[in-house]
This record gives sequence, C-alpha cells and structure tokens, in this order.
Amino acid sequence: MSVTDPHSTATPMPGMASGDSGIADVAESRPLRKDVVKRFVRNPLAMLGLGFIVLLVVVAIFADVIAPYGFKESTEPRVSRAGPGTDHWFGTDTVGYDVFSRVVYGARVSLKIGIVATSLILVLGVLFGAAAGFFGGWIDSFLMRITDIFLAIPYIILAISIATVFGRSENAIIIVLGLTGWLPLARIVRSSFLGLKQLEYVEAATSLGFSRKRIMFGHMLPNALQPVIVYGTVSIGSVILSEAALSFLGVGPQNPTPAWGLMVAEAGAGSLASASHMLFFPAFAIFLTVLSFVFVGDGLRDALDPKLK
Amino acid sequence: MPSYIVRRLFLLIPVIFFALSFLFFLFFVLPGDPATLIAGGADRRPDPGVVERAAERYGLNDPVIVQFGSFWKRVLVWDLGQSFINDRSVNDILGEKAPRSVRLAIWATMLEIIVGITVGLVSAIRRYSLSDKLTTLGTAAAAAIPAFVLGFILQYGFAVYPNKHDWPQWTQLKTSRLGPDSWFFFFIPTGDQWRYLILPVITLACVSTALAARMMRGSMLEVIRADYMRTARAKGLSERSIVMRHGLRNALIPVVTLIGIDFGTVIGSAVLTETVFSWPGIGSQIADSVGSRDLPVILGLVLVVVIAYSLINLVVDLSYAWFDPRIRLGQGASS
Repeated sequence: MSVTDPHSTATPMPGMASGDSGIADVAESRPLRKDVVKRFVRNPLAMLGLGFIVLLVVVAIFADVIAPYGFKESTEPRVSRAGPGTDHWFGTDTVGYDVFSRVVYGARVSLKIGIVATSLILVLGVLFGAAAGFFGGWIDSFLMRITDIFLAIPYIILAISIATVFGRSENAIIIVLGLTGWLPLARIVRSSFLGLKQLEYVEAATSLGFSRKRIMFGHMLPNALQPVIVYGTVSIGSVILSEAALSFLGVGPQNPTPAWGLMVAEAGAGSLASASHMLFFPAFAIFLTVLSFVFVGDGLRDALDPKLK
Repeated sequence: MPSYIVRRLFLLIPVIFFALSFLFFLFFVLPGDPATLIAGGADRRPDPGVVERAAERYGLNDPVIVQFGSFWKRVLVWDLGQSFINDRSVNDILGEKAPRSVRLAIWATMLEIIVGITVGLVSAIRRYSLSDKLTTLGTAAAAAIPAFVLGFILQYGFAVYPNKHDWPQWTQLKTSRLGPDSWFFFFIPTGDQWRYLILPVITLACVSTALAARMMRGSMLEVIRADYMRTARAKGLSERSIVMRHGLRNALIPVVTLIGIDFGTVIGSAVLTETVFSWPGIGSQIADSVGSRDLPVILGLVLVVVIAYSLINLVVDLSYAWFDPRIRLGQGASS
C-alpha cells in the first residue's frame, strides 16, 4: 500500500504542506516509504507487535496442521478439565475439547472477524467521511448528524442491540462490528478532507476539469491516508476486542465456534477454582493480540509523522 | 455562556430522540415477536391464546407507528413502562439499580483521576527514566486488557486462589454480587462492603486510567517545553509551583476532555464489569434485558444512559472554559 508515495497522485506537490515554494516542499516531502519503514523498524515495541501478528497469521493459516485436535473434536479418552500437560499442552475444557487446539483455531476466527470487519469500517468510514468533507453543505450536515446520533449511544449498547437482531453467526458479528465502527473514522476523514479542499492542487485539478470522483479518490485520498492507516491498524485490535466482549456477553458466535471471548466466558462460569487454565490461555491470546495491534498502530503513527512523538 | 448552555441542551433533544427511535424500531420491526416472548419464549411453544392476550395487554397488536407514538407520549411524562419479563416498572428498576452503578462509577472515576494523572505527571517529569519506560509499557498493556478478562484474572488472584489455598480470611476479596449493601454518605462502603467493591472498581477503572495516564504524559511533555514554563523558572519559582500551578493546569485540558469522552467506554466496561462480578447495576441489567429482549427495560435504561452521557459531554465542554479562560464558548462554534 502506498503511504506517502507521491507518484500515486498526479500532482507535483504531495503532502499536506501549505505550499509556499514548490522546490522546498518537494525536498521536504521525502520522508517517503523508506524512511517510514526505517523509523518503524527502529521501534522495538512495534516490531515485537508485528512479530506476534505474523505468528498469529501463520497460526491461523496453518491451524489444521498445528492443532493436534479439531476445535470441536472430543479428546480420546475423554477427559474434561484436565490441567496442562504433555498430552494437552493447554489442558482440556469442560466438554473435553483440547484447549490448545481451540486457541489455535480461535486465531483464525479472531483474525477473520478483525480483518473483514475492519475492511468494512474502512470502506464506510472513508466513503462517508470523504463525501461529507468534500461536498459540504447538506450532505455534510446530514452525515454528521447521523454520526452524532449514533455516537450518543454508548458503543457496547449499540453493538449488543444490533447483534441481538442480526443473530449469532460469525458473519453477523462482522456486519455488526463493521456497521458500528465507522463513525469515528468518518469524522477523521471528513476533517482531513475539509483541510485538503482548501489546497491549491485540488483547485488546480478542478480547473483542469477532472471528475469529482478522480479528485476525491485519486488526489485527495492518498493525502488523507495516514490517519486512516493508523486507525485501521488499531481498529483490527479493537474489533477483535469487541468481538470477544460480545461473545462473552452471549451475543457473539456460539459454541462450538472457538471464539476466545466465548472460552473466557465458559472458564469464568464456575471453572475458575478447578480449571484456571481454561481462563488463562484464551485470555492471554486476546490480550496479546490486542496489545500487538496497539503497538503496531502506535509505531506506524510515530513512523508516519515523527513530529507527533 | 448561559445562552450557550441552553442552545446545547436544545441540540440534545433531536439526538436523543433519534437515537432512541432507532433502537425502538430495531427491536420492534426486526424478527422475534415480543408477545411470544412475554408468553414464555418461542422455545416453549406457548399457547396461542396466551400469546394473544399478552399482545393485547401490551398494545403489541397496534400498528408500529401507533406504538411508537404512545411510547414517546409515555416517555414525555417519564412513564417508562413495565418489564415484559416480570412486570416491574422500569422506574422501579432504575431506582434500585442506578445508585449501585453510580457508586461503582464514582470510585472508578476517582481512581482514574488520581492514579492516571499522578502516574502521567511523574512519568512526564522523569522522562526517559526507567520508571517512565515501565509506566509507558504498563499503561499500554493495561489499556489492552478487556474488562472481562481482567475481571476474571483479578477474581482468580485475589479471591479464588487465596480461598483454594486457605489463606487467612483478610486476604480474600469477594468475587460476586453486592455484599451487605451498606453505605455511608451514599458512596462510602461500610462494614464488609469494601471487599465486594474493590475488584469491580479496579476492573472498571483499568482501561480509562491507563488512557488518562498516557494522555497526561503526552500533554505534560508538550507543556513543559512551553515558553511560560521557562518564564516561571526564570522568575525563580519553586519547582513544585512551576509544575503544579503553571504546568498541571494547562496540561489538564486534553486529559479532562479524554475523561469526558471516555465516559462512553466506561459505560461499556460497566456492562462487562457488572456482568463479570454479578454486580446488580444498570450495566448487567442492560446485558440481561438485551438477552431476553425485554424492550421496555432496554429502552428505559438506554434513555437514561444516553441522557447522562450527553450531559456529561456538555459539562466537559463547559469545563474547558474553566481550565483555560482563553477559550470562549459558543463563538463560531459550528455544532
């Protein structure tokens, strides 16, 4: 994905520089991909987070190979709530499923929901935010009033209400999280577009007779991408967290789907004293995953805009 | 200023109206017949006659628009209806459960303000020291723990484990429900109540405390570099006075905003925290009622939560002017 790549725009003056002199700006707007990558790589926490995410992706892809049992395959002989040991690395749960296998398959569920829902959030947020910022007028007022209304409902209440209506499949949860998550992003994109609209290169593109679609997505969007990328990264983590919370509250995916939140809920319901391993492994999986996306998001933000640090 | 407050209050009305109407239609129009639910739920295949009577009694046979109208007519006189499940009036439920949630929120907010601001401040003053690095890492970690995970881990560490290993009684905290429910001056726990209070409060406050600390650190680091800080130093003021009077007050503005905006997150954590600890407050009631589609209770409680949420955001906006007299409210403000 091109982040601050000037070639992706048809304009000679990339970046949000106010544009006093062309040459200085071109020289200044060189913290391009290479520098961003360099700054990112130097951030140990971000690299640690990225490492864990890569591990997670590998685990999710090769779950069938890694997991010794299926996620709804009862162990033979059937032992429920066995502690961690050589047979079952993370022990077994109440039904007798292998917890390690379920945590491994859980990576697949979480990543799928996180990535697909975040894509939905990005599409909706960018589309609505860009439209509001670019067109202004009644479209802007209308879209912003809508975000006002939905932001007035605390997120989790909105999410559980919609989730109750949509049902409890994985796909339903993706739609719920996508539909509820784009509001803050739309505001961010809107304010970037409001600022960008004033710049000369947009005026130039308009006077050249480019279509509004081309100006919005070809010229302005690449310059408004930085906050979108950071938001998107952190959003994968927070979507995974919300999914776990919804599963925990009983409006997310149902058993035997190996959702980490569901496993924590099961462990909390009376197994704490006798089988604490049922709590710790999925709990740390959620924690480390969310933390990794936060670290990577922070690292990206600092790398893209070192002034902020 | 007063005219600004009045205008803001008027702007709240359409927001609250549309938010509640959205939830109303969401639960009413989409699948699942409330009358069947009142009569015992679809799983139990209730007698059609019973379903019919339930529908009649709650006016569920009227067209949705009529029901919608009568819903708002009742809300205007603050009659929030009765629970579908046990016939209790929603006002009753509110009166019983709201104080419990408010108590949790008071303690969690105090923890957030005291610990968050102190940690952030110390971290900023000793920038790059070991303690700064540790708190930066710690706050990032604390902000990433889901409330329900932290809740169960605290339960295990401070109640289940000590209990299992027969540690002395005073080391054991309580994992669920309310305890003796005895309070002094509304929110100060008396008797054994603190044992029940302490873990939910920590769980509820964790994420927002971490965010407040991070924000405080960042904001203070910016303020430390400001010219007026150098001036204060040049005047020979004590370090304490420089930090507290000149630095802290300016650095607090974004933190207060965050604490206010964050209130929505706190409500979210409250739903989870109260569920984990079976704390019988509004949060766990909302989770229960959504599970059983108890529409009047959901709408009533959410109405109260949304009003409280909006009012708190208004108070936060007003508090800017108090912290920073340069900010004039209501001039050129677009919203």
